[in-house]
Amino acid sequence: MEPFVISVMIAATPFLFAAMGELVAERSGVLNLGLEGMMLMGAVTAFGVAFTTGSTVLAVAAGALAGAAMALLFAVLAISLMANQAATGLALTIFGVGASGLIGQGFIGQPLPPPVKLAIPGLSDGTMAGRILLGHDALVYLALAMAVAVAWFLARSRAGLALRAVGDSADSAHALGLNVTATRYAATLFGGAMAGVGGAYLSLAYTPMWGENMTAGRGWIALALVVFATWRPGRLVAGAYLFAAITQAQFYGQGAGLGVPQQVLAMAPYLATIVALVIISRDRALTRANAPACLGRPFRADR
Amino acid sequence: MILLEPRPAPSRLFSLASPLIAIALTLMASAALMAAMGRDPLAALSVYFVSPFQDAYGRAELVVKAIPLALIGAGLAVCFRANVWNIGAAGQFTLGALAAGGLALALPNAAGPLWLVPYLLAGCLGGMVWAAIPALLRTRFNANEILVSLMLTYVAGLLLDLLVRGPWRSPLSFGFPQTRDFADAFALPVLVAGTRLHLGLVLAVLACVGLWLMMTRTLKGFEVRVVGAAPRAAGFAGFSEARTVWFAMLLSGGLAGLAGAVEVSATIGKIQPDIGAGYGFTAIIVAFLGRLNPLGAALGALVLAVSYIGGENAQILLKLPKNVTGVFQGMLLFFLLACDTLIRWRLRLRRAGEA
Amino acid sequence: MLRKTLLAATLALSAAAAAAQAEPLKVGFIYVGPVGDFGWTYQHDQGRQAVEAAYGEAVETTFVESVPEGADAERVIRQLAASGHKLIFTTSFGFMDATLKVAEQFPDVKFEHATGFKTADNVAIYNARFYEGRAVIGTIAGRMTKSNKIGYIGSFPIPEVVMGVNSALLAAQAVNPAAEMHVVWVNSWYDPGREADAAKALIAQGIDVIMQHTDSPAPLQAAEAAGVPAFGQASDMRRFGPAAQLTAVIDDWAPYYVERVGAMLDDAWESTDTWGGLAEGEVVIAPYWNMPYEVATEAAAVERSIRLGRHHPFTGPITDRDGVERLAAGETASDEMLLGMNWFVKGVVGDLPN
Repeated sequence: MEPFVISVMIAATPFLFAAMGELVAERSGVLNLGLEGMMLMGAVTAFGVAFTTGSTVLAVAAGALAGAAMALLFAVLAISLMANQAATGLALTIFGVGASGLIGQGFIGQPLPPPVKLAIPGLSDGTMAGRILLGHDALVYLALAMAVAVAWFLARSRAGLALRAVGDSADSAHALGLNVTATRYAATLFGGAMAGVGGAYLSLAYTPMWGENMTAGRGWIALALVVFATWRPGRLVAGAYLFAAITQAQFYGQGAGLGVPQQVLAMAPYLATIVALVIISRDRALTRANAPACLGRPFRADR
Repeated sequence: MILLEPRPAPSRLFSLASPLIAIALTLMASAALMAAMGRDPLAALSVYFVSPFQDAYGRAELVVKAIPLALIGAGLAVCFRANVWNIGAAGQFTLGALAAGGLALALPNAAGPLWLVPYLLAGCLGGMVWAAIPALLRTRFNANEILVSLMLTYVAGLLLDLLVRGPWRSPLSFGFPQTRDFADAFALPVLVAGTRLHLGLVLAVLACVGLWLMMTRTLKGFEVRVVGAAPRAAGFAGFSEARTVWFAMLLSGGLAGLAGAVEVSATIGKIQPDIGAGYGFTAIIVAFLGRLNPLGAALGALVLAVSYIGGENAQILLKLPKNVTGVFQGMLLFFLLACDTLIRWRLRLRRAGEA
Repeated sequence: MLRKTLLAATLALSAAAAAAQAEPLKVGFIYVGPVGDFGWTYQHDQGRQAVEAAYGEAVETTFVESVPEGADAERVIRQLAASGHKLIFTTSFGFMDATLKVAEQFPDVKFEHATGFKTADNVAIYNARFYEGRAVIGTIAGRMTKSNKIGYIGSFPIPEVVMGVNSALLAAQAVNPAAEMHVVWVNSWYDPGREADAAKALIAQGIDVIMQHTDSPAPLQAAEAAGVPAFGQASDMRRFGPAAQLTAVIDDWAPYYVERVGAMLDDAWESTDTWGGLAEGEVVIAPYWNMPYEVATEAAAVERSIRLGRHHPFTGPITDRDGVERLAAGETASDEMLLGMNWFVKGVVGDLPN
């Protein structure tokens, strides 16, 4: 049980980072489909920095910067030049996959030391709860802290309110004097940085190595999770953990002699996500926070 | 300071010129990248963009690669116009291939050209059934179709895997995951001897032209566009959003399924784990490159086909790593999308102090 | 093995000398994955590099990576053939039909298809007896496990993997009759995250030795982190698990590739069906680490006896999971039985479609 929960927390972390960042971007009205590309650039950059300098902190920062740089490219195209956001994001993914592969060529077959895990003597290894809660590496905790921070920011802060306004009605926000473009830039860059950290987690902690395309579709799942969460941070955390849990459970279920073909077991996380979404969406009151009304629409100030 | 200023009307000049400007910019950026990598820029560009056209087989292959992209892209263009976000075309492609393939496998002794008709229809139906699920869940339960269709793509892939490794696996294949070969009756005829150019071209052309006519000349097309652009106004006009969702999903799903059936018949001849479902995702880019116009999607499909085949040739003729292809494709798309802005907006220099 | 290498080297030298003045022989390679997978494709590329090292100016190699096994394969193979490559290696099963189709169109070009079963006048097939290597690591696993549960991270349920599972467990049971093999399918040849998760799930359920049939070093890393011994796959992965890796089953395509290119240069190429193992040097066992001396000697003895042909990993009596007798006492498995193996022996826990 305990190793299961631990591995679920680890598996959920890249989703949390990438999806939470994307949630912020989407709440401001920007749809960035380039998560895979940003995560991979974050992963390869973080790995490269960790490999050459040995510093995890620098590596995570580098991963965040790489993700933000990719997001900046996206922002210039999609926000300033008002190019179609969906297509630009997809182009970003293609670019990021290729660029990360090129950059990463020298790092193939090179391992990193495993991440440093929190170890409070007496607490971390004493009880089961202690091991589950207090035995992780820093990024797992950072992901949860960031989720809380984002939730607070969106719901309780003025800047968060401004961001939501920009996403729900950019014209009104502009009329009120808010700088729509700057807000969207900031949100998009934040999304990119978080995606970069999510990717960095993969290459620094999850499997401390670099391999081409090592995100293996997690960026797409993260995008789906934002939709699943109906753009609310709390639900996003739940969704990320739910998805991670069912994915992990599949490996435990295979050996259990259930008599079900393993591909059917592998379908479980996807089907479960659909079912959960249907249940949430049926109740229109629960889906009060629907898609930000201006999601995907370019903004252009009239004056 | 450089500003963007709206044009009074979309510029026809730039409609035609923007792709050319984009290609020119891509060439320059690619040349710079090649030079930075220590390669001959001209040779690289020539291989990437010119070599796919150089012989008859190559030109035919461009079309072969573009056919599924155009089929799916045209359908998605209509779907996205209606503001229905079908991201699961890859799954519908797979189900179409499975449905058509299932029919072919059930009839190993079929003979005669007419069998292609039920085969292709089965492909359409397979895709439509898979697309009906997100349509139903959206119209009845308000569940977002992006998520449902995307999740179903993974489910479709696993279903393919299960069938091809289990009940459908050929007893002659030494336990490897592939079905028996389809009977010749289910092979799409080749149009040009010595190449792989097949009848799917006709279907793709029909689809692109037909959908374009529908969108521009019929009431249905008008309905789709209005529902997509202004749902409330559409409601007042008596257009039902739910009906449009169904229409868009079934149409794009059916075309994706058809593409699946076509691809499997024309290029593989059996069912195996890799049937090219990735076209379903690439077609999304194709739809946007084509500015959500079915005819534009056909052009977009060709552009993307050139970039893929050019990339393969670059690996073979220049020994360039495959990842450079991804970078090139990304850059090309960036420039194409950026230059499209110039159609509706013009650049203007504003001096400091000027209003 | 030494003789084989000397022979290959002599061929190489003579061929290189003969071809020194002529146009270099163009040799093409098609890979199903990226060279950076540090597994299957990486090892094929090492073979390619060995060819370049052996023949220098006499050859020119080209490779195309990450070619999907569907419609694109035919075009890429054809493009290689049409651009002057006279010998083309297609390194995955799924390229089979495409290879044959192009081979028909280009009778002067020679093709080598890995892990397939169809040949032609200008198409040879080749494979490696990985199961021999698995018998060696199975022996080690049987001795090293304390819980009697060995884990196998499987990619896809194809005969090659099934062979590996069975061979390993049979060898383990030979030294430890209570040994069990728990198989988990990852549905991918390469996905570091999932492979690591599978390894962790197995370890959590009491498995204390990990084997893998997937390409990345992630399971070994996970095993190292959990303090559980494991085996490297396709490459020597020791640096990913210095305390965990017991040994590795290495795919070494270099001797075969060098020999075949040499045959081309000597104009002596013929279509053959080669299935080499420990004896031919296609399967290599990495040095033994992290285990008691007695286990290492026992494993080395098993390796030696297989290599010298004295022991076949599939020697009856063998009964499968459902009680069907597959091999009578003393009978050894034919190549055909191995190539079509779709049953598990007793003691394997895991899903297998029939």
